Amino acid sequence: MPILEIAAKFGTYAVMAVILIFALGVVTFRNLFHCALCLAAALIGTAVIYVVLQAEYLAAIQILLYVGAVVTLIIFAIMLTEHLAGKTARQNNSQSLLAIVGLLGFVTLLATLILKTPWPVTPTALQAKNSVMGLGKALMGTYVFPFEVISIILIAALIGTVVIAKKDAPEEPL
Amino acid sequence: MIVLPLSHILIFSLVLFAIGVYGALVRRNIIGILISIELMLNAANINLIAFSKYTSLSPETGQIFALFVIAIAATAAAVGLAIVLALYRVRKTVQADEVNLLKW
Amino acid sequence: MIRSWEFYVDMIFVTAKAWILSLLGRFLPDWIVVLASITISGVVILCLGPVIMMYLTLLERKVIGRIQNRYGPNRVGKWGLLQPIADGIKMFTKEDIVPANADKIVHLLAPIVIVVPALMIFLVVPFGERMTAVNLNIGLLFFIAVSSVTILPIFMGSWASRNKYSLLGGMRTAAQMISYEIPMTLAVVPAIMMSQSLSTNTIVLAQTGDFDLHWFIFTPWGIVGFIIFFLCATAECNRPPFDLPEAESELVAGFHTEYSGMKFALFYMAEYMNAFTLCGIAATLFLGGWQGPFLPSWLWFFGKTFLLICVMIWFRGTFPRFRVDHLMGFAWKFLLPLTLINILLTALWQFTSNLTAWLWSILILGISLWILVKLNRTFVPEKRHYPLES
Repeated sequence: MPILEIAAKFGTYAVMAVILIFALGVVTFRNLFHCALCLAAALIGTAVIYVVLQAEYLAAIQILLYVGAVVTLIIFAIMLTEHLAGKTARQNNSQSLLAIVGLLGFVTLLATLILKTPWPVTPTALQAKNSVMGLGKALMGTYVFPFEVISIILIAALIGTVVIAKKDAPEEPL
Repeated sequence: MIVLPLSHILIFSLVLFAIGVYGALVRRNIIGILISIELMLNAANINLIAFSKYTSLSPETGQIFALFVIAIAATAAAVGLAIVLALYRVRKTVQADEVNLLKW
Repeated sequence: MIRSWEFYVDMIFVTAKAWILSLLGRFLPDWIVVLASITISGVVILCLGPVIMMYLTLLERKVIGRIQNRYGPNRVGKWGLLQPIADGIKMFTKEDIVPANADKIVHLLAPIVIVVPALMIFLVVPFGERMTAVNLNIGLLFFIAVSSVTILPIFMGSWASRNKYSLLGGMRTAAQMISYEIPMTLAVVPAIMMSQSLSTNTIVLAQTGDFDLHWFIFTPWGIVGFIIFFLCATAECNRPPFDLPEAESELVAGFHTEYSGMKFALFYMAEYMNAFTLCGIAATLFLGGWQGPFLPSWLWFFGKTFLLICVMIWFRGTFPRFRVDHLMGFAWKFLLPLTLINILLTALWQFTSNLTAWLWSILILGISLWILVKLNRTFVPEKRHYPLES
């Protein structure tokens, strides 16, 4: 069915364009809450890209962890630090122009490199089917040590977060 | 299966990464910087998964690395935001250039 | 091939769809048939969601009415059957009020966005044999991921309203939903371990047995997992006794204080559709989904789901609202350790089905329950006396 395939291909490019637009929103909007919402939209779009790359498990994890947890945390922090109705202060510093020039150079350099490199795209890899089962086996077999390290890091971060965010003296006004 | 050229995906994630770097460089608000960093990590993840799909013979490797990146990003966000809240409580500001007590 | 009439009753919807598709396939190219297949499933779900929501409101009002010793709606149509339609017309004709200081775009987007995850969960619910709209191999994970997105539109609505009650409700919702998501996800794990699959279809198929009654709930870890999942599901869709986000006596209406007319109806709709899908998933995971003797599969599924919904309504009619610290403590200090013990027991004994293993696991579960209850003594503040001024 070539028509459906072409449509899916253009759909993927459209999703990529939408992600880039939302990403621009993330770095340009003045209201931080809007930035966080744009970030959520960009992350959901990325999950779609993962599905296109046949990493459905990663797509679900991306939505669960990023959109469900990280963005919620960020919005929480925004709510606790911003004033509800007041106009926000100047959001950007004065390095904007310099950053744009530098990044344009960076992007052109890397893009030419990417286009010139002959990538070893193997047809066998394209056909390979990855299952959740294989992922779990790799996680528990080959990569069991990093897995355990990650869990220790998570526990440490959990305790550290509580310790940092805890109020020292209860009588101190917020 | 949709066959996109690998280089298109790489250029897409490169542009996404560059946007994230731009945000991290020009934002004054610390939370804004954190959001931009999440964007950069996300771009790196796309690259990992694209490479594991197109080149490696074991399709799991890239996905597992992406999984670790996501977990680390979550911890980074949690700890970073806790620091921001503590900072806000002490200094009443979340602008990065107003926190210059240790700056020479 | 000759099959019994029961098979045809069972497959009535599947056969109807296949017939329409074969009719289309005779005249039109292949890709239109694929699109038509997607469209049919989509349209069915888009119609099913709102209809289920409308009649759930009626069911709830009727049952609550009976619990509180009154009739409930009975004026519009026979037994009040047209009441939801009348309510819908009323909602449509109400004025749409937007607060002057509100963030207009986000205020508009929030009720639209909240319906999307609620409808998307319908995609992986197995309504009957071969009646899953999309048979994903990560169906259960899809459900968990998509239902976690629901927090975002609630935040949008509460922030954009520029109202202190909305904001407080939004904060409470976020805290509650994040906390209860964790035990809910962990309570699902025993079902995944027993069926060794993330696909909702395979999980249902793993529960076949004599009389189709080999349900996961009939194991010690299954019943503990089911109870925890159901409590967390009640908390996830903000229903009483976990309805702190919209506690009327404290917060007016929580995050949808500033919404009226159709926008409010959309929030309401998402809430009821979430209640339905969560009950449906609970039935799928632990009550055998569409498995059951004698009756057609879809009837079994809807029967189990509506039974669970009636239990939710019963909760609402019975329990008073939680206090905030009790709510958080219940999730973190009670449900979370219990789910972890439950997973451990499943891993130890899921492959043996002898009686000793069961007795051991019941014993361990009982002891851990007792210890957790003992550790979780509720904090009772000291009684304060206010002497009258003489």
